[in-house]
Amino acid sequence: MMQHLPILQIIVPLLGAPLAALLRGRDLAWGLALLLTGVAFLISVVLFGQQKIAGEALIYELGGWPAPIGIVYVIDAASALVLPVVSGIAFVATIAARRLVEAEIDARDHALFYAAWLLTIAGMLGQVTTGDAFNIFVFLEISSLSAYALVAMGAGRDRRALPAAFNYLILGTVGATFYVIGVGLLYMLTGTLNLMDLSERLADVESTRAVFTALAFIALGLFLKMALFPLHFWLVPAYAHAPSAVSALMAATATKVSVYVLIRLIFGVFGIEFPGLADAVGLLVLTLGIAGAFVGTLAAILETDLKKLFAQSSIAQLGYMAIGIGAMSATGLAAAFIHLFNHALMKGALFLAIGAIAAQAGRASMHTIEGAGRQIPITMTAILVGGLALIGVPLTAGFISKLYLIRALLEQDFWMLAGLTFISSALALAYVWKIIEAAWLKERPEGAPVLTESPVQYVPAWLMVVATIGFGIFSAPLVEAACAAANVFIGGAR
Amino acid sequence: MSMLAGQWNYFLVIALMMIGFYTVIARGNMVKKMVGLTIFQTSVFMLYISMGKIANGTAPILTDAAQKAYANPLPHVLILTAIVVGVATTAVGYALIISVYESYGTIEDDELIKIIEAEEDEGADA
Repeated sequence: MMQHLPILQIIVPLLGAPLAALLRGRDLAWGLALLLTGVAFLISVVLFGQQKIAGEALIYELGGWPAPIGIVYVIDAASALVLPVVSGIAFVATIAARRLVEAEIDARDHALFYAAWLLTIAGMLGQVTTGDAFNIFVFLEISSLSAYALVAMGAGRDRRALPAAFNYLILGTVGATFYVIGVGLLYMLTGTLNLMDLSERLADVESTRAVFTALAFIALGLFLKMALFPLHFWLVPAYAHAPSAVSALMAATATKVSVYVLIRLIFGVFGIEFPGLADAVGLLVLTLGIAGAFVGTLAAILETDLKKLFAQSSIAQLGYMAIGIGAMSATGLAAAFIHLFNHALMKGALFLAIGAIAAQAGRASMHTIEGAGRQIPITMTAILVGGLALIGVPLTAGFISKLYLIRALLEQDFWMLAGLTFISSALALAYVWKIIEAAWLKERPEGAPVLTESPVQYVPAWLMVVATIGFGIFSAPLVEAACAAANVFIGGAR
Repeated sequence: MSMLAGQWNYFLVIALMMIGFYTVIARGNMVKKMVGLTIFQTSVFMLYISMGKIANGTAPILTDAAQKAYANPLPHVLILTAIVVGVATTAVGYALIISVYESYGTIEDDELIKIIEAEEDEGADA
């Protein structure tokens, strides 16, 4: 049983999906989703422990076929770190989903909602565990296809969800197809799809034009999937018009998994020493990352709709992860992993709290939350702390992210980039201040609907807020795990 | 010329790929976008299928006959999976188009943007 955990990690939510679709009662479907995401979270925590004790990658051979003939699932320090993030957020989001889904989605569709919900989680967990390049594509499409359906389910309340889901589908499919083209070229060159085998065999064909073409297709496809500036236009409408529970799950996990896959492909397959990689990909990712950090932050400042505001801020935060990747160093990669972890917590908390408001008021804009600081103090404080963590205020996890990011840039003598990272983080204060001003400094307008809050809604958000503060103060275990994850790809992170 | 004759399948793949991708980007009609997307995906199927083909190779079934060359079945199997994914994507895509049409009465990108912008302006005033 214990040695089968890597496959159970994916099978549990995957098989839960058709089961949830069959359960017509909405509480039953929700209960099943809660149970299965809980089990998935437990499995990933156990896997994290197992991997830490073993100190090396755990390899699970599907059907007993060894690599490179069969598909293997790999639990190394990197995947062991990302798995609990995805499944943990999924579990907490499922707790909160019940109220949000009741408020926003037609009762007939609840069972199907939870089916798609479990599928997208299974797909994301699969992308993280698998050690096979084509298998990544299959899981990518499992998670994406169900995500398109989930976004479109926002149409009952906000019909703009439909065109948003369609554009997401078009760009998502283009991204995934680019990835497959790249993998196809690599297979033609090497005759293998196993990631470890690929990285060994690529040495024979490096510096050929076909390899660079493959690298370009894979990188571009994944940039689209992770919404790296300027390929981010699908993200904001998709997150803003999706049902609130879906916004929370996707904003916290979907793009992070793509970031992880990019790291796995760029560093795990091509490798840091691959000729031309540091110059071409590194510089490109770094430039786009810093541009995204500014564009996302500035767009967030101008936004009045809270979901759109934090979706724009996600573009900026993904930019910071890209900067970590683009630094092409062990510290940079560790910073990317730390920020991946922290941003998942912060955005999960923020979108759950905003979702609670949107589910009551129909939408969550600056106008909706005027004077709300006194009516729903617990929810608004969660948003405030989440916002402060996004800026990178000390005592929050966001501070640790920015600290490592700037350290990584200074190590390489990128003084100007470090300065720009600092400035763009400070700019985030502007949109957080807008929220403070609206919620606490303005009076609740006459005749505005009375907002209420209940523990069912704010406890899940606060779980993540507490984790954000917890990892901000006691950051050592996170930093250690992130450095171990970075060391899988580039040695020397501490 | 020999390059063209020897690798005509790849030129065909690239041509289809570009036609499909251009259609996705350049067309404002959602159905045309989906058609472009399907052509784009199909070009990738052809890329994979033709890479497994070996001159004079047959299906990889072991028989007593003195057959020496076999086609590589792995890319073909992979594409079987990709075709299923493609069908699912197409189904979801067209389902969304139908919902968009029922809700907005149009499937043209520019008209949709106008309607959405008009609604958002109203929403901001309210």
